[in-house]
Amino acid sequence: MATLELKQITKSFDDTHVIKGVDLEVNDREFVVFVGPSGCGKSTLMRMIAGLESATSGDILIDGQRMNEVGPADRGLAMVFQSYALYPHMTVEDNMGFSMRLAGVSKDKRREKVLEAAKILQLEPLLDRKPKALSGGQRQRVAIGRAIVRNPSIFLFDEPLSNLDAALRVQMRIELARLHEELDATMIYVTHDQIEAMTMADKIVVLQGGEVEQVGSPMGLYHHPRNRFVAGFIGSPKMNFIAVEQVSSDAEGVTIKLPGGETRQVPIDGSGHAGGGALELGVRPEHLVLDEQGPMEGRIQVLERLGGQTSLYVQMGDSLLTIMADGDVAYRVNDSVRFGFSSDRAHLFDAEGLSLPKLHRHPLAGLRRQDNRAPSDTVGQ
Amino acid sequence: MTTAKNQTVARAPAAPATRSALASALLNRRLWLGVLGWTLALVIFFPIFWMIVTGFKTEAEAIADPSLIFSPTLENYAEVQSRAGYAKFALNSVVVAFGSTLLALLIAIPAAYSMAFLPTKRTKGTLLWMLSTKMLPPVGVLVPIYLLFRDTGLLDTRTGLVIVYTLMNLPIVVWMLYTFFKDMPKDILEAGRMDGAGTLQEVIYLLLPLTLPGIASTGLLAVILSWNEAFWSLNLTSSQAAPLTAYIASFSSPEGLFWAKLSAASTMAIAPILIFGWLTQKQMVRGLTFGAVK
Repeated sequence: MATLELKQITKSFDDTHVIKGVDLEVNDREFVVFVGPSGCGKSTLMRMIAGLESATSGDILIDGQRMNEVGPADRGLAMVFQSYALYPHMTVEDNMGFSMRLAGVSKDKRREKVLEAAKILQLEPLLDRKPKALSGGQRQRVAIGRAIVRNPSIFLFDEPLSNLDAALRVQMRIELARLHEELDATMIYVTHDQIEAMTMADKIVVLQGGEVEQVGSPMGLYHHPRNRFVAGFIGSPKMNFIAVEQVSSDAEGVTIKLPGGETRQVPIDGSGHAGGGALELGVRPEHLVLDEQGPMEGRIQVLERLGGQTSLYVQMGDSLLTIMADGDVAYRVNDSVRFGFSSDRAHLFDAEGLSLPKLHRHPLAGLRRQDNRAPSDTVGQ
Repeated sequence: MTTAKNQTVARAPAAPATRSALASALLNRRLWLGVLGWTLALVIFFPIFWMIVTGFKTEAEAIADPSLIFSPTLENYAEVQSRAGYAKFALNSVVVAFGSTLLALLIAIPAAYSMAFLPTKRTKGTLLWMLSTKMLPPVGVLVPIYLLFRDTGLLDTRTGLVIVYTLMNLPIVVWMLYTFFKDMPKDILEAGRMDGAGTLQEVIYLLLPLTLPGIASTGLLAVILSWNEAFWSLNLTSSQAAPLTAYIASFSSPEGLFWAKLSAASTMAIAPILIFGWLTQKQMVRGLTFGAVK
């Protein structure tokens, strides 16, 4: 059992307000990812949970107990640092056993626990090495091993994969997800990489400028972003934004006028947006469709062929749109293309950047990562 | 213009020749740098060399025309040894130099720790102020310190010298340790804190082992500075606690004309620290360039 609750947490350095009142609940055994652009306060928030930084105001509760005044070692947490922060003068075994050595655990007991963790992470042949003699991925695993040995109620990961190369990052991502299953622990993970957030999280917390923009499941954020920032941040490549005009709105949805002059109806609730007038249409690159009868037209500026898919960068008026198309499309740079969009998947944003609610909730919007397992696994849950 | 162009064209196929010309130019450069380095080193070392040589001459040879051809003798060393107990002075030097260095490190490590890891707005100013005390001429505080020592019974005691040398070296020791500690990645200390280390354990298990080269070179420098210090030792000690600097001085005044004996005494006084410095040279260089090559 380990839950975490943040109540109106703020943090200021002199006159700079880094965190401006964050409320958050993390459930037992949940994998929560803090994601946001650099400087959004996600690392500071994690350091406050860890106890390495004090909160200016607000409460940090672990299992219902207020922890603000408790030291980092006594909160029952373990942290994996971005730089790994291994002790360079100690062997892998001593690195992993350091917390137990400080706690006065006997040498045999220490070795037993270290071996146990080393086995999970396949570190056994490396126990006598110093960190200097390890590769980046191995160091990363030692850092995780050092955390496992402490048997924490909550694991904290501070951008743990950002120093690894792309291939290793994918591999470690899978390994971390597997570890989460195996250890059955609560994990909080900080990253600026939305792919890591999408692939690993049960719950994503999107932060910007020291405030929580939205909390939700990966598919929930993807299909129902609360505002333009979340919409642009989650999903890769980035969502396209097209200026449109509202023509009318009824129970079937909102009718909008597209840049070419044609109108379309999207299944979005326009009742809250009474004023009519200017709106922004948000469509993800994978939901823009090449179509000779399509309502919009643009000129191809750049064409990136990835094999299975082709990214088209299309200039339409002032905006450069991204279209994900089939790998074998026959277009060339400077060709003019017509395209449409799947209206079910479209988003509308008002002048403040808030999204208008959709008429139907996406069936997968509440999906947690565990729910991807086959039904037989989840029987009895 | 045309000729230059033709030359380049003509030279292009003969690349290996150009390369070897470049190599020999580099070799030449290294040769000249080597010669320059050795010349400088010899100029700097010459007075010490001459002093050592003079110590092995007779008094007559020492004041005669400077010459390197003479029959070496140990009579000066024997005589110097018989007149003043070298061992007593040497022991004082060792105790005072190492004692003051240890004390300075004990005080400076916590000071540098707090300045490096828990800095306030005034930390930079404090550091500069500490260093600025080294700009004051020691003679300016001679009278107050002498009177303080007289009234507290510290005159001519090793304890007194240890205190003065500690205070004298503290600014440099704190400053050096501060720069070494600053280079230490903060994450490692934080990882230690997450693992349950208190401040003292953090220092003992993580900070000290990881900055040992820096601490060693700081300590060595403090030993050398204390060993060579003469102003305070001459003014605050007479017979009981006098270190080797006072031993040399005791030969210079009454026997100013006896160059050979003075040289022998000086050689004996600087020999230990010279050998010490030679042995720890590698450690010193490593420590002093610690941050640069990391």
